[in-house]
Amino acid sequence: MDLLAKLEILADAAKYDASCASSGTEKRDSLGAAKGVGSTEGMGICHAYAPDGRCISLLKILLTNFCLYECAYCINRQSSSVRRARFTVDEVVRLTLGFYRRNCIEGLFLSSGIIRSPDYTMEQVIGVARTLRVEHGFRGYIHLKTIPDADPLLLEEAGKWADRLSINVELPTEGALKQYAPEKDMGGIRRSMGRMRLGIDAAREKTRAGAAKPPRFAPAGQSTQVIVGADPSPDRAILRMSSTLYGAYGLRRVYYSAFSPIPDASAALPLRPAPLLREHRLYQADWLLRFYGFGVEELATDALGNLDLVHDPKLAWALENRQMFPVDVNSGTREALLRVPGLGVKSVDRIIQVRRHRGLRMADLARLRLSLAKIAPFVTALDHRPAAELDSARLSAKLAPQPRQLALL
Amino acid sequence: MQSVVLAHQVDFAGWRDAARRLALEGVAPEGVHFSVGAPDDLFAQAGDAAPDDPPPPPSGSFTVSRSLVELAQTVIQAREPERFDLLYGLLWRAQHGERKVAELVTDPAVQRAVRLAQSVRRDTHKMRAFLRFREVPPEGTEGDASRYVAWFEPEHYIVEANADFFVRRFATMLFSILTPYRSLHWNGTETRFGPGAEPSEVPDDDALERYWRAYFSAIFNPARLKVSAMRSEMPKKYWRNLPEAAAIPELIRTASRRTETMLEALPVDTIDPKPRRRAAAPEAGPALGIVEAEPVRPGTVAELAQAAAACRRCHLWEPATQVVFGEGPADARMMMVGEQPGDQEDLAGRPFVGPAGQLLDRAIREAGIDRGTVYVTNAVKHFKFEPRGKRRIHAKPDLVEIRACNVWLEEERRAVKPALVVMLGATAARAVLGRAVTIGRERSQPIALPDAYGSNAQGFVTVHPSYLLRIPDEDTKQREYAAFVADLKQALALVNS
Repeated sequence: MDLLAKLEILADAAKYDASCASSGTEKRDSLGAAKGVGSTEGMGICHAYAPDGRCISLLKILLTNFCLYECAYCINRQSSSVRRARFTVDEVVRLTLGFYRRNCIEGLFLSSGIIRSPDYTMEQVIGVARTLRVEHGFRGYIHLKTIPDADPLLLEEAGKWADRLSINVELPTEGALKQYAPEKDMGGIRRSMGRMRLGIDAAREKTRAGAAKPPRFAPAGQSTQVIVGADPSPDRAILRMSSTLYGAYGLRRVYYSAFSPIPDASAALPLRPAPLLREHRLYQADWLLRFYGFGVEELATDALGNLDLVHDPKLAWALENRQMFPVDVNSGTREALLRVPGLGVKSVDRIIQVRRHRGLRMADLARLRLSLAKIAPFVTALDHRPAAELDSARLSAKLAPQPRQLALL
Repeated sequence: MQSVVLAHQVDFAGWRDAARRLALEGVAPEGVHFSVGAPDDLFAQAGDAAPDDPPPPPSGSFTVSRSLVELAQTVIQAREPERFDLLYGLLWRAQHGERKVAELVTDPAVQRAVRLAQSVRRDTHKMRAFLRFREVPPEGTEGDASRYVAWFEPEHYIVEANADFFVRRFATMLFSILTPYRSLHWNGTETRFGPGAEPSEVPDDDALERYWRAYFSAIFNPARLKVSAMRSEMPKKYWRNLPEAAAIPELIRTASRRTETMLEALPVDTIDPKPRRRAAAPEAGPALGIVEAEPVRPGTVAELAQAAAACRRCHLWEPATQVVFGEGPADARMMMVGEQPGDQEDLAGRPFVGPAGQLLDRAIREAGIDRGTVYVTNAVKHFKFEPRGKRRIHAKPDLVEIRACNVWLEEERRAVKPALVVMLGATAARAVLGRAVTIGRERSQPIALPDAYGSNAQGFVTVHPSYLLRIPDEDTKQREYAAFVADLKQALALVNS
């Protein structure tokens, strides 16, 4: 099989992994280097966008899509009739360096189907990273998918070459994982995440003078992905899981991937794909948990525990907690302002910056490019007090997006 | 009206020097106009653009806030002829009572500058993202390196400020970046800027471009078509210079058909050579959180640890990483029982490795006990916590959890048969003695055990090392630590007696 055909198969096989980040690693560059290429400077770069709206930052491929496992949601499961291929280490290295030199990518995101054994597979994946770093002096970004319960020594080496490591939890509960991915085990996944956290923390610790420097270990941290809508878990269960994972393993990100139809799908799966809007709402809620001071149990959900699809989670919370409003933009605390629908972290920081110098009117808020229609019912300013809106039963309908927009999503 | 002619579009030094002089001379913004020397003759006459003897700046103090300097450095790259005047206006205000003018982001002039800066930053980001090199293989002798050439059409004057980024990244490559207003050449050791160029100066094709197009097409998921999201991040104006963009129309056109085909295809029943281990969805446990469980059979510590790994006797297993079982010699004379594993223990899967464990190690050493002879374990074997942002906050195990877990502690005691069970803190004492214990009243003395599990063991109560960590007052902490070490010494004496 020629390289082009392999690339098509093994990129297609990798596209259900939503992660594309190339941010947050150490600073490196190639100045003064004898060989090699590449740099990383904190902020990752999205080099292209596919028509699915997703950013393309890394060459995201599988080393092989042959797989011993039978995960119902996965296009590469053993019983799938998908075409199979396997890259050699050299082929992945050539593609990575070739695309990198043309400024198409920030680096490589390498994953693999499980072949022979978890340890064997992990060794193959590490081999690519080692070759790139050691033989070719590659200084771009490397994200390696880790195989749960691979030998701790292999994990250690993976952390040495990679910027980021990840293991997908795949499904929100242990029961769902047992049902849909019989070879995977939540305990093994968590143990590996715990081990990675210890490695990441140790590598970050400031060394005392004279003490040995801890080994380099995944400076861009670890992340994970969960598939939404393949099993019946409601949003609240998913967000509880995320909250546990963020706290326990210091994850940089939890990626939510709405279950998407795949060719040759297993009968064990639901017939229809999960709405992309649900995935979007989970990301919004995830942001509220991490950057806006919300707790999982505060979020407004329906009786089943699912987030509102009509209103975003912050607005849904505000509509249920109207007694918290209006917030005065000239005197409200940062925490209170962060809870105002329509105000993001940056806007809140700008408001706080400006109000040290002068009082804010609605025109000032408009100049910060805020949507006055959205925030007006929830704030007071020098020249504004919300009328009776907060008491109005129609506020919810008024703030709902136009039906046309909803249909587009 | 004073007129200042700058040497080129991003002549920040020229603008800064002139602005400084004008401000010190008290020339108001209405009385100045900045422009750029036309034609842009930076290269034709590098020497004589600037006068030989620039007028010495008038004396006087002149400081500008860092935020304004940074704003000016960015705004000066904007393709907006009025930008120099705009920036001088801000500088003037900063000198006349509005020192922090750059922070007034709702002020119309500041807002205009901020918008320009945002636009420059976005353009900078897009240049780093969407510029594509093509390889020009060496023509001459063997050993020559390839050259890489890119054509890019920036919206603003950003090539100069971006040069360092590309050099840091591609320092070992020979490359040229060509744009309509400026070109940049890197020969492996230095950067050279030249005049604008033509797209025809870049080679037509590159051996790897069809691979990149294939990758772009294959990574696209047709079931998630979101054209507007793509176009807002990658506007159409960039497409003509992106090799992969040629694939976009076809991908969009066929997306819905490809998705329909997937949805219409009948689900394939899994053809699995192995019998499926299909577990039913777990059911909620009965009241009090106790889950029906198989009875625990006595065994060696290793056997017990293995059995405990799957323990579902209470709900603590669910958010935890793993069971943290006891550790130490199977015939230890002394067993120490703590409360429960903490954050670090949960991650590592071993008892007493976190801060409290390190303190315990120190105290054990000072008491003259050989750490390798002690069996350490906990009353509860899963970490109980509350998630709080990026941390997990320790939560005290309740009676239900202590009781549910007690079976493991009993079996550990039956297997190890220690001469002394040292209970660290109230939870351990509650678990071992089966009653509420006030540490202050019962510590530092041998206690008879209600059930010795086949040995003639004694009990001994002291504080938990994490209690010592929480004492805020340094003197009290020292005193309590000494008392703890004294307790451990007494425990050692009891074991040896």
